[in-house]
Amino acid sequence: MSFFSYFVSGISLGSIYALIALGYTMVYGIAKMLNFAHGDVIMIGGYVAFTAITTMQFPVWLSICISILACIILGVVIEKIAYKPLRNATPLAILITAIGVSYLLQNVALLIFGSAAKSFTSVVPKFSVELGGVSITGETIVTIAVAVLIVICLSIFINKTKSGRAMLAVSEDKGAAQLMGINVNSTISLTFAIGSGLAAVASVLLCSTYPQISPYTGAMPGIKAFTAAVFGGIGSIPGAMIGGVVLGIIESLSKAYISSELSDAIVFGVLIIVLLVRPTGLFGKKFNEKV
Amino acid sequence: MPILETKDLGIQFGGLKAVDGLYIKIEKGQLYGLIGPNGAGKTTVFNLLTGVYQPTSGSFYFDGEQISNSSPVSINKKGIARTFQNIRLFGDMSVIDNVKVGFHNSYKYSMLEGVLRVGRYRKQEKEYHDKAMELLKVFGMENEAKLLASNLPYGKQRKLEIARAMATNPKLLLLDEPAAGMNPNETAELMETIRFVRDNFDMTILLIEHDMKLVSGICEEVTVLNFGTVLAQGKTETVLNDPKVITAYIGEDD
Repeated sequence: MSFFSYFVSGISLGSIYALIALGYTMVYGIAKMLNFAHGDVIMIGGYVAFTAITTMQFPVWLSICISILACIILGVVIEKIAYKPLRNATPLAILITAIGVSYLLQNVALLIFGSAAKSFTSVVPKFSVELGGVSITGETIVTIAVAVLIVICLSIFINKTKSGRAMLAVSEDKGAAQLMGINVNSTISLTFAIGSGLAAVASVLLCSTYPQISPYTGAMPGIKAFTAAVFGGIGSIPGAMIGGVVLGIIESLSKAYISSELSDAIVFGVLIIVLLVRPTGLFGKKFNEKV
Repeated sequence: MPILETKDLGIQFGGLKAVDGLYIKIEKGQLYGLIGPNGAGKTTVFNLLTGVYQPTSGSFYFDGEQISNSSPVSINKKGIARTFQNIRLFGDMSVIDNVKVGFHNSYKYSMLEGVLRVGRYRKQEKEYHDKAMELLKVFGMENEAKLLASNLPYGKQRKLEIARAMATNPKLLLLDEPAAGMNPNETAELMETIRFVRDNFDMTILLIEHDMKLVSGICEEVTVLNFGTVLAQGKTETVLNDPKVITAYIGEDD
């Protein structure tokens, strides 16, 4: 394998991280909370797609739609039941609740599907493309294409529609947004819905690239994507996208050239260095120092 | 029927009566001033009228309807909008997008139409873009539409707050110290704009202000608050010459 192929697979992995990181960063921007259950929503999305494709024998497009719908409902329900009552609680209480929800989802999956990993049938038809002497798999190409498409649609939605502008307004100043007639609760629900829908797409892409699924499938990509969101500056949408892709490339290249055991350590090491230099991440707002 | 009437309106924080026994009657189309020394409870009155605080006593009526226990969103939808003493624009959004946020409840397209950019989406986005530009023109800011709101000079940020509040299509506009930090020229210009808005947009305006030139220049009636209670009320000229009011502002002779 050449540098180029590692690089491309890094972009593909990074695109998945970026889709997940968008969920973290949007929820953080608007609800000012870290939704640590986000990684497990991915896992649930994967299982729903797995059940639809393998057990129910539904067509792939329908299975993906079902998975997206299930994740959207799950995300909104989690927000309504677990986070909304804590809207004015201390950040620590909300964080612990999120971790609790994360374990709850993992254990529900353990109960239903067992702990053994199941093999996931890729949703991408088998094909590959020769580019510059290396063959790139269909999964890689589809993953990158889907991520780019979603990111374009999302930025148009956020910047050019009333709901998107409401989201931006709420993320800047909830109180002022309310006084302009914006319903903060439904805006937060919408954010969870979008984040969870993206998680479902990410889960299908992830399970197609690494064709298996277990109750812990979401944990590591969840943490990596969270890292990507912090790396890019949590709360920033371009930050999450670029953070995700950069992280994917670093991981892929360090697996190839340094050591596959050390690749995670390198990824988190880079995060630490970035945070030392820019505590708010690449695209994060600088804190206003008040004297 | 007055557009706004408060009856014995009050709020208590612990032992402190921040506003107590407030009676105000504002007729449709009036320009009404709410003045008083610092800490008199003026902004608290605005917070009560916009649902940020729930009153602990009394009530208020808007257009004849009792709305004292409504949420900020429903009060805004009924037709009360405000600006803030400490500017609270959406600084990371463009000037025109700030106004469009104000139009939020006027847009009637569904989210699906918005995502797919079809149906009512294009027509309405165009319509409200034009309306937003018109509003910006009233405040002489049509050339700054694409700037980030946080990059505007201070005086224009205050004007943009008024434009954003007007975009929510209110019948009653609450302005919290609109002239704060403006120089005399800017203040004079602002007075003209406020009058223009009242006359051309069919609005009633209640404003808090420390600049007495502005108050005596445009307010027809005023209420003076001191320590949360009404010190004087009535025609601006009469009230501002009331010895009680002068004492409250300047302090007593020894």
